[in-house]
Amino acid sequence: MNSVLTQIQPSNPHSRLEGEDEFEQYTDSASWGSMAGFGNLNRTGGVMGMDVPRVSNPSAFLDMHTDNMSANPDAKIKIAHGTTTLAFRFKGGIIVAVDSRATAGSYIASGTVKKVIEINKFLLGTMAGGAADCQYWETYLGMQCRLYELRNKERISVAAASKILSNIVYQYKGMGLSMGTMVCGWDKTGPCIFYVDDDGQRLKGDLFSVGSGSTFAYGVLDQGYKWDLTDEEAQELGRRSIVAAGHRDAYSGNTCNLFHVKQEGWDFIGNYDINELWYEYENKKKADRESATAAPAAAASPIAVDQ
Amino acid sequence: MELNGGSVVAMIGKDCVAIASDLRLGNQAVGVASNFDKVFPVNDKLYYGLPGLATDVYTLKEHLRFRVNMYRMKEEREITPKTFTHLVSSTLYEKRFGPFFIEPVVAGLPTATELDPHPKPFISTMDTIGCITTPKDFAVAGTAQDKLYGVAEGLWEPDLEPEDLFETISQTLLNAVDRDALSGWGAVVHIITHKEVITRTLRARMD
Repeated sequence: MNSVLTQIQPSNPHSRLEGEDEFEQYTDSASWGSMAGFGNLNRTGGVMGMDVPRVSNPSAFLDMHTDNMSANPDAKIKIAHGTTTLAFRFKGGIIVAVDSRATAGSYIASGTVKKVIEINKFLLGTMAGGAADCQYWETYLGMQCRLYELRNKERISVAAASKILSNIVYQYKGMGLSMGTMVCGWDKTGPCIFYVDDDGQRLKGDLFSVGSGSTFAYGVLDQGYKWDLTDEEAQELGRRSIVAAGHRDAYSGNTCNLFHVKQEGWDFIGNYDINELWYEYENKKKADRESATAAPAAAASPIAVDQ
Repeated sequence: MELNGGSVVAMIGKDCVAIASDLRLGNQAVGVASNFDKVFPVNDKLYYGLPGLATDVYTLKEHLRFRVNMYRMKEEREITPKTFTHLVSSTLYEKRFGPFFIEPVVAGLPTATELDPHPKPFISTMDTIGCITTPKDFAVAGTAQDKLYGVAEGLWEPDLEPEDLFETISQTLLNAVDRDALSGWGAVVHIITHKEVITRTLRARMD
C-alpha cells in the first residue's frame, strides 16, 4: 500500500529528513539498477535528499566536528582542502591547470590528487574545497549529462550542465557542502567556463582561479593573459601560474596537471613536477640576468661612441 | 609555531653530532623567505636551533648571546653543551607565564677535561618553558615534529661516522619536511666533529 502511495507522490527532496520507512529506501529500483551507488536518487534520477544528522542545526553540528572552511581549525576531523586551480578561455580553446596537493591541517596527506574531474569527453570540472563533495557531485553531473544526451539526442551545453550542478548545491545551501569548481567545456557556442561554488553562485567568464593559492596564480595569469595566445603559450601560462602558486602557497604544490579543451573534446597535456619546474624557471632567470648584464655593455658602447 | 613554521632536528653519531633545520619563514600559508636560518653557533663545538615564532627566534638568540658572553668573561672558558642547555632552560622558565613560542634543540661536542677525559656527544631539547630532555639518539622540534619522529625512528642507527650521519640527518629532514606544509623551502645541515664543523645547504623541494 505504502509503496503505491510513494509511486504516485511527487518526489520530495526533504522526505528523508522526515524519517521515511527504512525498508522503502532499499526497495527503490534507483538503489539497485544502473544508478547503484547513488542511493539518494529517486527513480527519475532526481536528487532525493541525503541522510542528515538528526540535530536541530545540521551545519552547526558539522562545523563542530570538522575543520571545514577554518570555522573550527582544532576539530578532530580534518577535511582535505587547500588548492590552486585555474582555467582560462583563449583563441585556441580553454586551458585548465591544477596542482595535486591535499592537506589535512599542516599535514600533506597526498601529492598525487587528481583535481580535474573528467565529466565526459567534452566537459571538465575542477576540484577545490571538499574533495569528496567535488568528486561525488561532478561524477553525478556526468551521469545527468549522459541522461540528457540520451533524452535529447544532443550534447548538453556547458551552461545547462553547470546549472544542474549549481541547482544541486543550492538545495544543500547552509548544510556544510564545500566546493569551488569550474565547469569547462566546448559546446555549440564554443569554449565556455562557468564558476560554480557551494553557496550557489554561478558565473560565466573568461578567466578564473580558485583555491588558497588562487591569488598567486592570478598574479602570473593576469600579467601574461591575452586572447590571441598560441596553444603553446597558453599551456605555458597555465603551467607557470600553477608553479608560482605551488611555490608561495603552503597548501598547494607537488605536481601540475594540464588540460586543453578543444572543439573535438579535451586533451590531457601532461603531469609536471612543480619543484622541478620551479628550479628550471629559476635557472632560466639566472641565465637571463647574466646575459642581460653582459649584453647592455656591448650594446651601450656604440651609443657612447655616437655621442 | 604555526604562524611562521619551521623545523629543527639534531642527531648523535660516533664522536660527532649533527644539527639541521629548514629555511622557510612564512606568514601562515604564504611563504615569505627561504633564507631564514634557525640554527646558530655558540662556539665551534656547540650549535643550537630555535624553531617557532620568528620574532622570538631573534629575541632569544640575542638574549642567549649576551648571557653566553657574560659566562665566558666571568668563567674565562667556553660553556659546555650541558651548562648551555641549563642556561637556555632557565632563560625560558623566566617567562613561565608568558613564554617564548620556541622549542630549542641543542647539539654539541663537550671538550675533554681531566675529570671527564672521554665525554660523549650531547644533544638536548626543551619545551617552550624549559623542560629539558636529553635523548641518546635524536631530538626533533617544530611544525614537522611528528613527521621527523617517524622518519628519524626509521633511519637513525647508533655510531654513525660523520659522512653517514650527514646522509641520515639530511634524508630525515628532507623527507619529513616534504610532508609538512609549513616547513621546507631549503635546508641547512651542520656536522660537528672534533676537527671541524661541516656546513652544507641542501637542494630541497621549493613548493
